[in-house]
Amino acid sequence: MDARAIHEKLVARFEEKVTGAGLEAASPFTVVAADAIAEVAAFCKADPALAFDNLMCLSGVDYPKEAPPRMEVVYHLYSYEHLHTFALKVHVPRENPAVPTVEKTWGVANWHEREAWDLLGIAFTGHSDPRRILLPDDWEGHPLRKDWQDPEYYNGLHVKPTQQMAERALAGEAIGVGPFDFTPPNMHVEEK
Amino acid sequence: MSGLPADPSGPGRPESLPATAQTGGARRMTDWDPDALDTDEMILQMGPQHPATHGVLRVELRTDGEIVKAARPHIGYLHRCFEKHCENVDYPGVMPYADRMDYCAAMGNTLGFALAVEKLHAIQVSPYVDTVRVIMAELQRIASHILAVGTYTMDIGAFTPFLHLVRDREKILDLFEWTCGARLLYNYNWVGGVSHDLPDGFVKATRDLLREFDAVTFPEFLDLIIHNRIFVKRLSHVGVCSPELAIFHDLTGPNLRGSGVKRDLRKDAPYCGYETYDFDVCVGTGQYGPVGSCFDRNWVRVLEMRESSRILHQALDRLEKMERTDVHEKVPKRVKPPKGEVYFRSEAPRGQLGYYVVSDGNVNPYRVKVKSPCFTAMSAFHHLAKGLMIADIIALIGSLDIVLGEIDR
Repeated sequence: MDARAIHEKLVARFEEKVTGAGLEAASPFTVVAADAIAEVAAFCKADPALAFDNLMCLSGVDYPKEAPPRMEVVYHLYSYEHLHTFALKVHVPRENPAVPTVEKTWGVANWHEREAWDLLGIAFTGHSDPRRILLPDDWEGHPLRKDWQDPEYYNGLHVKPTQQMAERALAGEAIGVGPFDFTPPNMHVEEK
Repeated sequence: MSGLPADPSGPGRPESLPATAQTGGARRMTDWDPDALDTDEMILQMGPQHPATHGVLRVELRTDGEIVKAARPHIGYLHRCFEKHCENVDYPGVMPYADRMDYCAAMGNTLGFALAVEKLHAIQVSPYVDTVRVIMAELQRIASHILAVGTYTMDIGAFTPFLHLVRDREKILDLFEWTCGARLLYNYNWVGGVSHDLPDGFVKATRDLLREFDAVTFPEFLDLIIHNRIFVKRLSHVGVCSPELAIFHDLTGPNLRGSGVKRDLRKDAPYCGYETYDFDVCVGTGQYGPVGSCFDRNWVRVLEMRESSRILHQALDRLEKMERTDVHEKVPKRVKPPKGEVYFRSEAPRGQLGYYVVSDGNVNPYRVKVKSPCFTAMSAFHHLAKGLMIADIIALIGSLDIVLGEIDR
């Protein structure tokens, strides 16, 4: 099925829950209301004409400059039976974003959703294992958000260069190990 | 689970356990609680510094004697913030980072990203560049499968095949070095072309390599490993993955085909002119046991090397008849794709490698998300590992052919 037919099928089934579409894009997509995504996902997989049995990718994207500011969760679907692809999108607010999980429909979503939580802070309600996945368990914040600032401290260690350190470096003071000396040890000349 | 709760105690939290953000610090009673264990059970940490986990992977095993009752992989030890880096460099600058994801098959990584950006940018490269890319991708596939099966035999206790195979891989790396100066991380595929044209004599050298591969290396491969009675008996009933589970957990590439699903992106969604080559898609047949065992996954990898060799023969024939074009002809002075987004996937040696690239019309990508085949293969691990012996866990991890650099990115 082509993208337009898939979109129309979704509109016919879910009516006002389908809130937008981008069928002319390089990877066509349909925008779905956040609270309906689990049902839409189950429908996409179960319907014999769609048969999206494979979730290729689940990504979160942060759009702070859109009006209103939003985050997106993008589901890229693939059907091993019909070999067609499609994408579903969900828009959520940037404050406390929450989307129902689709791990019941596609098992691989479990890890993808953990990653989206870890890096972007999108919570997936009903998730069976809501832990961080790539970053340490005691990490604070979500670095792929566009307004992310590097932390000054991590576990009590100072990890960000301060203004004072920058000034000292600019004044020519050697801080830490650099600047590196690439002269081989046996080639050093004794300073007089 | 609701958002990020405020943590009253702040960073100076001395003796309490590190609170996971989502559970708000409350410890949930799970299978992994020491108090939930049966009398004979034990929790065993395998890794992260373990030679058989193919990198820094930690697997938490809940064992009863030698039987694994549950397994839980922990990843992230090699996280290098690939996606964050991408947002801070321009498109050509992403290439060296992409190389470093799957460092055993770097050509495939950059090829996927280059094709994704070309699709966004509406660049159509010349047939000559396409053929060069196919040659490089297939040579890389052979090199990667050689390493996968070679280290696999070492995992399960045979050292000799690894030495034989790495010797043959070396010859492919020599070809790469001759072409672009690098042996492992090439930065070879660029947006709109490749970095260096093939050197004079490359076709002949590759033909020599293939002549040896077809006549010596591949038969040796079959004799030494695949038709080896010990290898077959050891693996043909271990780590069986059904096709339903493989699709449910998005196993791709040789892992999926090992389960008997005849799907290959080079046939189903061809790119770089793969539809014009004559080759077969190899699947696991379960000739020695159930379909989808560790043996089948390796069997598929070995057969795929022969198909890669077939593709290479055809590509070299074409290259000889083809007129050389400038490989930098379509490389834009400034890669600045129009506003839009694309999801592009290609068949890397380890499976479907997908790039979701969002452009806001700037010189930097707005967002890059990588669907790594190893990441999704690892997400099925706890299903496959349940009920195996500890020694079979090693065999299972190796047969999934994971590279931690790509899982953690």
